[in-house]
Amino acid sequence: MGQMPDTLDLLITIAKLGVILVVILTLAANLVLAERRLLAWIQDRQGPNRVGPQGLLQPLADLIKLVTKEDLCPDGADRWLFLLAPAMAAIPAILTFAVIPFGPPLSLLGREIPLQVVDLHVGVLFFVALSSIAVYGVALGGWASNSKYALLGGIRGLAQLISYELVMGLSLAPVVMLARSFSLNDIVAAQADLPFILFQPVAFALFFISILAECKRTPFDLPEAESELVAGFHAEYSGLRFGLFFVGEYLNVIVLGALATTFFLGGWHGPLLPPIVWFCAKVSAFCFLFIWIRGTLPRLRSDQLMQLCWKVLTPVALGNILCTGWWLTIKP
Amino acid sequence: MSVFKDMKAISQGMWITWKHLLRKPVTISYPEVKRTPPPRYRARIVLTRDPEGGERCVACYLCSAACPVDCISLQAAERDDGRRYAAWFRINFSRCIFCGLCAEACPTMAIQMTPDYELCTRDIMSLLYEKEDLLVDGCGNDPDYNFYRHSGIGLVNPRGGNQDENPPVDVRGLAP
Repeated sequence: MGQMPDTLDLLITIAKLGVILVVILTLAANLVLAERRLLAWIQDRQGPNRVGPQGLLQPLADLIKLVTKEDLCPDGADRWLFLLAPAMAAIPAILTFAVIPFGPPLSLLGREIPLQVVDLHVGVLFFVALSSIAVYGVALGGWASNSKYALLGGIRGLAQLISYELVMGLSLAPVVMLARSFSLNDIVAAQADLPFILFQPVAFALFFISILAECKRTPFDLPEAESELVAGFHAEYSGLRFGLFFVGEYLNVIVLGALATTFFLGGWHGPLLPPIVWFCAKVSAFCFLFIWIRGTLPRLRSDQLMQLCWKVLTPVALGNILCTGWWLTIKP
Repeated sequence: MSVFKDMKAISQGMWITWKHLLRKPVTISYPEVKRTPPPRYRARIVLTRDPEGGERCVACYLCSAACPVDCISLQAAERDDGRRYAAWFRINFSRCIFCGLCAEACPTMAIQMTPDYELCTRDIMSLLYEKEDLLVDGCGNDPDYNFYRHSGIGLVNPRGGNQDENPPVDVRGLAP
């Protein structure tokens, strides 16, 4: 890095943080539009196409609507927890972006600028820890609302997220074993030749199923379950707080897509095109897959969800770790 | 194995949604693109005229009686030659359900349904159509039909002079 003043490093970091925050929030808002239009096309409809060309200004219109709505707090709700919960849902998702490498280090005016906010040597653990904190958003939102629908949604969400976190952690263990590092940068570097999905298809499938459950999307959208629980844990929220829950869900889609890219698809590695383009393409492919699945599959029942997690995915994940360890041991 | 069966089922479903994703939507962007309704579509109600240009309506009240939501009201009047007409005729389109029972009930084909479905307005009072709003210059369906030529007894033509009408029968002449 050379002998550079610390203030410049600080400024670069702050600039990176700002850019990421703006880009991610914009992407999440536009993902809402993308989802609505894709779902509409899947259902042979047109979707929102009124605001701006092809409905591209719809996110702005939604934002204006949410900002101008009244911020309600239900009678008898636990006020502070109620106000805190949406932030608990959205902030961990944004924080996770701090450890994701978007591309190789950039050389600018003789300085190396890593395209990553911070290269934690325990990046994987950081992500797993943050996704555990995100559970609080669901649980507190459901608990503090003083509503039976919200409480049921919160309980379901708590059970689901805690169970699937286990599978997610276990499916990441083989990746860490292969890369021999917890740092996301090292994991991407280890996939320079071949992405881990080729070595670990089972771990990838497990990780994919568990991130579907982690961001509470169909077929695992039991915590929200419009047809049963109105809107589940965020049934009582309005205005910007509802918007925060909502955008948090889409932030989660993006961040988990980015992590799946990083862990299994080789991150920003790819031929011909610039690395950042590869990274964005892979993440968008995941976002599309999420939407496509939502347009296809019905919701699971609560007991099926638990059965799948504890009786199928967890044993398979453990077996997969065992096999990986065995393979790494006998590997010449 | 059930795992493979489930995977097959899921991929079949995904394939179906993928096909629909690429399909042209069945919905249309309404104000810009408009569908042509079928000719017998039941929308805005009109009062038609006979081929001679006179009002067909004879103010018999059958439409008003048939109307399930009571949205038709009128007042009968009689001309000097004995021909009946509606002094005023009012249809409240804010109440009309476009069932078409009035058009079915009408013996003179005066009241008819048209495919003009764009009645929507911001001022509910403008949905109150008076007789001059309802009357059109044409004959609508069945343009040759002229009620009085068939059964307008003694008004247009002398008794027995109408089409399909036999001359009056001398009842006494039928005696054995």
